[in-house]
Amino acid sequence: MEIIAVFAPLLGFLIAFLFGKQIGDKGAQFVTCAGIISAAIASCMLYVAVTMGGHDGHGDARTVFLMNWITSGDFIVNWALRVDQLAVVMMCVVTIVSSCVHVYSVGYMSHDKCKARFMAYLSLFSFAMMMLVTSDNLVQLFFGWEGVGVASYLLIGFWNHKDSANSASIKAFLVNRVGDFGLALGIFAAFLLFGTVQLDELFAQAAGAANQTMEFVGFEFHALTVVCLLLFMGAMGKSAQLGLHTWLPDAMEGPTPVSALIHAATMVTAGVFLVARLSPMFEFAPIALMVITVVGGLTAFVAATIGMTQFDIKRVIAYSTMSQLGYMFFALGVSAYSAAIFHLMTHAFFKALLFLGAGSVIHAMSDEQDMRKMGGIWKKIPTTYALMWIGSLALAGVPFFAGYYSKDIVLEAAWADHSWFGNMAFWLGIAAALMTAFYSARLLFMTFHGKARANKKVMDHIHESPPVMLVPLMILAAGALGAGYYFYDTFVGHHPHWDKSIFVLAANDTVEAAHHVPYWVKKLPVVMGMLGLILGAVFYLKFVGLPAKFVALFKPLHVLFFNKWFFDPLYNALFIKPSLMLGKVFFKSDKNIVDGVGPDGVAKTSMRMGGLLSHLQSGYVFHYAFVMMVGLIGLVSWFFFKMTFGAGE
Amino acid sequence: MIDFPILSLLTFLPLVGVFFILIIRGDEDIVARNARRVALYMSGFVFLLSIYMLVQFDPASADFQFTETREWFAAFNINYRMGIDGISLFFVLLATFLTPICILASWKSIKTRVKEYMITFLILETFMIGTFCALDTVLFYVFFEGVLIPMFIIIGVWGGARKIYSAFKLFLYTLLGSVLMLVALLALYVQVGTTDISMLIENPVVRDVQMWLFLAFFASFAVKMPMWPVHTWLPDAHVEAPTAGSVILAGVLLKMGGYGFLRFSMPMFPEATEYFAPMIMWLSVIAIIYTSLVALVQEDMKKLIAYSSVAHMGFVTLGIFSATTQGVEGGIFQMLSHGIISAALFLCVGVVYDRLHTREISRYGGLVNNMPKYATVFMLLMLASVGLPGTSGFVGEFLTLMGAFQANTTIAVFATTGVVLGAAYMLVLYRRVVFGESKNKDAAAMKDLTKLEYSYLVPLVLIVLWLGIAPSYVMDRVSPSVEKLLGQYEAGLTVNDNIGQNIAQNINEGTINE
Repeated sequence: MEIIAVFAPLLGFLIAFLFGKQIGDKGAQFVTCAGIISAAIASCMLYVAVTMGGHDGHGDARTVFLMNWITSGDFIVNWALRVDQLAVVMMCVVTIVSSCVHVYSVGYMSHDKCKARFMAYLSLFSFAMMMLVTSDNLVQLFFGWEGVGVASYLLIGFWNHKDSANSASIKAFLVNRVGDFGLALGIFAAFLLFGTVQLDELFAQAAGAANQTMEFVGFEFHALTVVCLLLFMGAMGKSAQLGLHTWLPDAMEGPTPVSALIHAATMVTAGVFLVARLSPMFEFAPIALMVITVVGGLTAFVAATIGMTQFDIKRVIAYSTMSQLGYMFFALGVSAYSAAIFHLMTHAFFKALLFLGAGSVIHAMSDEQDMRKMGGIWKKIPTTYALMWIGSLALAGVPFFAGYYSKDIVLEAAWADHSWFGNMAFWLGIAAALMTAFYSARLLFMTFHGKARANKKVMDHIHESPPVMLVPLMILAAGALGAGYYFYDTFVGHHPHWDKSIFVLAANDTVEAAHHVPYWVKKLPVVMGMLGLILGAVFYLKFVGLPAKFVALFKPLHVLFFNKWFFDPLYNALFIKPSLMLGKVFFKSDKNIVDGVGPDGVAKTSMRMGGLLSHLQSGYVFHYAFVMMVGLIGLVSWFFFKMTFGAGE
Repeated sequence: MIDFPILSLLTFLPLVGVFFILIIRGDEDIVARNARRVALYMSGFVFLLSIYMLVQFDPASADFQFTETREWFAAFNINYRMGIDGISLFFVLLATFLTPICILASWKSIKTRVKEYMITFLILETFMIGTFCALDTVLFYVFFEGVLIPMFIIIGVWGGARKIYSAFKLFLYTLLGSVLMLVALLALYVQVGTTDISMLIENPVVRDVQMWLFLAFFASFAVKMPMWPVHTWLPDAHVEAPTAGSVILAGVLLKMGGYGFLRFSMPMFPEATEYFAPMIMWLSVIAIIYTSLVALVQEDMKKLIAYSSVAHMGFVTLGIFSATTQGVEGGIFQMLSHGIISAALFLCVGVVYDRLHTREISRYGGLVNNMPKYATVFMLLMLASVGLPGTSGFVGEFLTLMGAFQANTTIAVFATTGVVLGAAYMLVLYRRVVFGESKNKDAAAMKDLTKLEYSYLVPLVLIVLWLGIAPSYVMDRVSPSVEKLLGQYEAGLTVNDNIGQNIAQNINEGTINE
């Protein structure tokens, strides 16, 4: 069962990738869809077995050993599948969303030339993601981590004739690599500290190392804080947290199903999973948790501000993803790991729904992504329209939609932490909730309502998507509607099913405390959400002239938000340009200094000497040999001198 | 065990091939055709023989296996001694594996002086295998230096426009280093009274002498590696060398430096190694960052990969001189992995060079449209070079960095930036060559991989994946010898009090001439 869940997508990838020509597009689509759907079924069965099975009903977590991978001294890494409660939740989320995206892609990519390759990459991604969530050691996790990175690189740059797609894919890979730099160092540090990279052994030793210190870059630090912050750096890259987020919006260059699967529902949540997975270590590193909370809160806020000003429909959703990831991170930071995973799960449904819905719109609008050129199309694509509403309401946190339950518990937990950073995250989160609802409404009204701003040809061509695209949307919509209510108790209620897969110190149990917060804390997010929606309606439905006036009124702020807080030009000036410049300088110095002093200089000198000594015409060999002989004789005599007199002492 | 002298056979069988090629008579075409075949069959047979050796190799043993000893210069106590352990085993295989591939890669692209070319390659194979098998310093020196001659000829005769300059640069650089090594070998002989490598390891010299000898050896091996700042011969040599020359250069020759560090520097001069290790690790870090940045701005495909080789070799020295199990094993693995990956990358460059006769990156672009198979192979190798987990590149890089982290966290942090920079230049290279619109008509008209090209690229790709997913086959055979090496190293650090006695004893026995 575990093998099917993880390796069926790999099989699908191999067949579609290697034999894509032989089996044709239809064959490739069938093989990959079959692979991922069987993985999804296997995952759901595992979910039942792992969370409800076992003798005492506490579940039946298990680890399947596959084979040895690397053994070097004490450093032992195995290929193994660790299927516990946390892993199995992730497996279900990944495979279900991935199945929807696979099927959807059959319709969405129907005009593309390279269908087989696309489907193969999607399956490859799913496989890597499954390896990530089921790893029982840090290095296999790193394998999955980089694997999803490569799949993401391949898929963002899928339309590889476009320069912008190529730039975006390289940017995504490199920014992620910066995060991986931290992750790798974190693994080294964990190995140095504990002498193992096996999760079980790490967790067993974590409590004992709570007061240990270690030397890092010349200073003595609290050991677990160093390890956890380095690991968190990896999470920041993958999950597009403030500072390492610049790749995510650009990643929208990829085909829309890719954005839904990788850049909304699954890969970007890997960082959240990482921290939750390592909760037994992070719990003993309070400073690391504090940093996570602050970063998460700021990300939620900053991303929301940018999201309000963008015009590309996919970019709006991308910034919204980043903002929601911020929520998940500050939930992790206040030790509400289960709340973070809960939000991760509901978010996967409604965000994938939103992206695929946006894809449906883009598909209908002849590949137009600019919301300024949309409008007035809701009557023509009513199903997509209704589905987008469901997704947006869930995102805005309107009662009884999935997002309502998960966002509330996250914010309540932040408040219940009663620390300065918990409070800060809470208020930033409340502000972001308002903005989230606002830009969701803005997106809906700009896209579907108002005057039709597209040209006539596009408008005539608008059509509802085929069932192969709509059915997956409906499955996701069902999740966006019901997942919050249905799973509330088992994820964050009084009797959660996590057992030992998530570890929280009794003093840090904010999820439990979240059930006892004051009334206003419980209701504030909803009020903000409703307010945001109403504001959105006022701005973009009733008084369409208002946004322009507001922009004029708050010019500097708008410039800041619209230009994404100037992260890209800043990084360009700070890192990319200097790197290239240094490269050129070093290359020149190779020629002029190293060679000039070294071989060329010696050659010139010896030529001059050779010229003085003789007039042999083709004196090359002679010159070199001459220098060498002189050197040799000199050195040998000097060494013998040294030896005979030196050794005799 | 094997009851015939397999190592000598492996080493000298290529010379039999040379003999056969020399007696071929007839038209130029016929000579060329037969020379190719003889070279291929002979190197293929040597490869099969080396596989047999691998099968017979006892993975549990840390000692030298298949050892042979014959009297050579009996009067000077210099013997012909061969033998391999876990450290040298896979380097021998690397040499025997890459030689037939090189001959295949030169099948069509070398059109002038084919006979001489094949002879040179077979001689080169002899020297390469011999280097890794020799257990006597004099023998080692002969092979180690001998390699330079065919390499010099390959670049100088079949090279590109600036072949003479490059060939001499290679020669000058490496010989200068080697001369110092020769001096050191003489000094060792004088001090300990033997040229037997195992004996030399067991009888370390005193600390002060270690320092000087270490530096002398270092000069030679650092140039071969090549380490920053004595790396500048490599880009030139690569650029001018024919494809197969680059393959051997990157695949095997660069590994001789690392092998030397492991065989000589570490076990024979443990105290000096410990003393100089921080400096060498810093040099490695500089190499990694410096050459990665330089690679980022290259316009020449071969130069880019050459600079990337220097960076990858930086990881090797970093790992070796961390003197940790992970570091040293990682260093060895990184050398093997780089031997395969860079060889394959140079072959990839050769594929397009044969079609368009330029190495300029901007002359290509959009190859994915007309060469999809090539694009796939190149992609995989590019990712392997970047160190993607699941490919061999990852294992070596990760282990060396892990070793470095245990030795010095600051160095490790700087070195790890290499994983970002390494990804940068490779991805940019790939994008410019393979992705994008087809801008150049002639590049867009190029045909996809031929069967011949397939035949030598696919095995390399499969090995890269195999070593990435299940490196334990190699690691299991390497680690006993590495443990032993590190044991000797540690012992050498602790027993320095006894060294004086050893020397005194040697003097008493009259092995040292005053």
